[in-house]
Amino acid sequence: MKKSKFSVFFNGILPENPTFRLVLGACPTMAVTTSAINGIGMGLAATFVLLGSNIVISLLRNFIPDKIRIPAFIVVICTFVTIVQMLLQAFVPALYQSLGIFIPLIVVNCIILARAEAYASKNPVLLSALDGLGMGLGFTVAITLMGAIRELIGAGTLFGADVLGAGYEPMLLAILPAGGFIVYGLMLWVVNMITSKKKTEKKEEK
Amino acid sequence: MQITEANIVTILVFMVSCVLTNNFIFSKFLGCCPFLGVSGKVETAFGMGMAVTFVMALASLFTYAINTWILVPLNLVYLQTIAFILVIAALVQCVEMFLKKASPSLYGALGIYLPLITTNCAVLGVCILNVTDGHDLIFSVLNGVFGALGFLVAIVLMAGVRERIESSVDVPKSLRGFPLSLIIAGLMSVAFMGFSGLFNNV
Repeated sequence: MKKSKFSVFFNGILPENPTFRLVLGACPTMAVTTSAINGIGMGLAATFVLLGSNIVISLLRNFIPDKIRIPAFIVVICTFVTIVQMLLQAFVPALYQSLGIFIPLIVVNCIILARAEAYASKNPVLLSALDGLGMGLGFTVAITLMGAIRELIGAGTLFGADVLGAGYEPMLLAILPAGGFIVYGLMLWVVNMITSKKKTEKKEEK
Repeated sequence: MQITEANIVTILVFMVSCVLTNNFIFSKFLGCCPFLGVSGKVETAFGMGMAVTFVMALASLFTYAINTWILVPLNLVYLQTIAFILVIAALVQCVEMFLKKASPSLYGALGIYLPLITTNCAVLGVCILNVTDGHDLIFSVLNGVFGALGFLVAIVLMAGVRERIESSVDVPKSLRGFPLSLIIAGLMSVAFMGFSGLFNNV
């Protein structure tokens, strides 16, 4: 039993990583990842919302009528997003400024509604919480990685610290919107190559 | 607002810049999910773009009204997100019912994508941007309409490129689908960056 709980948690981090395997929530993935710090901030904010909404929706799953479940889910999600927005504004105003419009837009991040619909509305509280946490952390890891890559190429820094030295000529394209699309596309390509290789290896073993 | 020559120029520049230089997809990353998901065929892409245009125009009108005349006077601005998303969800539902009755063929063609407009972040995005940028009523609606037209242009162009590539070019297996679409979108975004020099002289 313990193992299955772990696998629920781990599911979102690698096997079904929302960013790389399910390709959900593409907008914030590309929009806020101009630096690694932004990536972490966005990831953790989304994780908090996912955890909270999964818990509440799972608790209410027997009370919400099937026909109006989507509006009900959205209201729950929206509540948590508003909480996050207020907390960020109060405690980390700099991050709040740089994430900007993408904090309220967590409401329409497909990852959160997808987990509410596909998982939390059918499973008990503890499992839903683990699922939310796992998915959220998977998202955080993915967009932090992407932020780090774009920051490194586009500005020569990592978490604000100069890494590549003064001799490096930053490639501005990586930070511009176009770079977001291209870096994300290349990363998906690499992930696809790795997973398809693993699959063929498994088949050969059998 | 009085209509003078200067105003008309501002409005025209605003309209064109919404479509080209401040394109929602290529410069603001709003509405990427349907942009990547529904851009397989030109026809459906066009239908999606039109439906989004309609919803965005109405949504920016209604949310402007609600924000200015209800939320701000009552000091309820913190309810903004929740109020806006409910307005959008209701609007999408209305559009769905209207299309079902008035134009069943378009309704059938859009299918599942119609309800999904609710979670298109360009729609909520434009409503929030209208508030944060302090647009008045006219500019809010213009922002909605022409922002959505920019979305339409982007998604139709993308669908055209993808149709050609998927039918004629032999793409490596792991690059098919999302990775390739993203890279195409990146190159298109570079092309759209070329428009940014358009208004330097105005």
